[in-house]
Amino acid sequence: MPDGQSRAEHFPGPLHRPPVRGGNAGVPDHHAHHPKLQHHFDDMEQQAEASTLGMWVFLVTEIMFFGGLFTAYLVYRYLNATAFQEASHHLAIGWGAFNTGVLILSSLTMAMAVRSAQTSQPRGTQVGWLAATMFLGLVFLGVKVIEYSEKFRDHIVPGPHFNKALWEHPSGAEIFYSLYFCMTGLHALHMIIGIGIMTVVSIMAWRRTFNANYYTPVEVSGLYWHFVDIVWIFLFPLLYLIGRHYGGHA
Amino acid sequence: MSGGHVAPVSLYYTIFGALLVGTGLTVLVAFYDLGFMNNVVMLTIACAKALLVILYFMHVRWSSRLTWVVVGSGFFWLLIMFSITFSDYVSRGWMTGSLR
Repeated sequence: MPDGQSRAEHFPGPLHRPPVRGGNAGVPDHHAHHPKLQHHFDDMEQQAEASTLGMWVFLVTEIMFFGGLFTAYLVYRYLNATAFQEASHHLAIGWGAFNTGVLILSSLTMAMAVRSAQTSQPRGTQVGWLAATMFLGLVFLGVKVIEYSEKFRDHIVPGPHFNKALWEHPSGAEIFYSLYFCMTGLHALHMIIGIGIMTVVSIMAWRRTFNANYYTPVEVSGLYWHFVDIVWIFLFPLLYLIGRHYGGHA
Repeated sequence: MSGGHVAPVSLYYTIFGALLVGTGLTVLVAFYDLGFMNNVVMLTIACAKALLVILYFMHVRWSSRLTWVVVGSGFFWLLIMFSITFSDYVSRGWMTGSLR
């Protein structure tokens, strides 16, 4: 591997580098290199790979975080199969499908934002794709507000005001809606955090931080955004689409 | 310089189209009563969509082997959680009567 060779050449690095450790961003180096290269990395490539890998390790913890809720969903659906169908039948499939499309489109604009940084596009292009991504995130959250307020209006929110008279299987339906609000709520929180991250990244892009040599922050926050999209790709069918035949063969 | 693979724009639009088709398909199938197969079809489509996002939008297709291992480990541990949990829940009641 050419990669390994260059690293082997650099192995005695500390001997011919200034013996400065940590917080030495302003220290002049005899090697000409990219100002964004931290001194504990050999080169930009290694630095970018370390960042990406670190983000993936975080996303693995996120998989397990949502995984706990998905496990709870599977267990309670296994125990209350008919009640879950009845409860799911009540969700607005149109809004769910629309929001799935919105999130997929936002993943496309996010991928384009990363690409525009990779190809050193003007800052207007980079910020434009990022703004489109944030806008689509806000559309998603707006639809979620409409859906949630309908649930509050109809007393479908678990708790003392949950209208048990609506359901043939009220206790199972209440469990379904507890999971619905937990899972979509946690997902929406991730969207809100994502929009916050994109705001910071947009400001960085506007300050011309990103080009073909350095775009790790866009890349890494893109990974986060796509992850949140993937969670919804599973939430949508599991929550909205399991109840179409309730009453059919239940 | 920083080693990232720049995918062609047309590839991104193709993936986007495939994801939309998958969404349309999964909604369509939900309106047909296939019994248990509804779940199988729904989750197969969802996994395929997730795989497209991971491989292309998240650039894993062009990432290092180490990234592949880390990504794979996440889903592997998820499967362990599902399978061990369900080895309990599904087998409850199998022994009814015989051991009491």
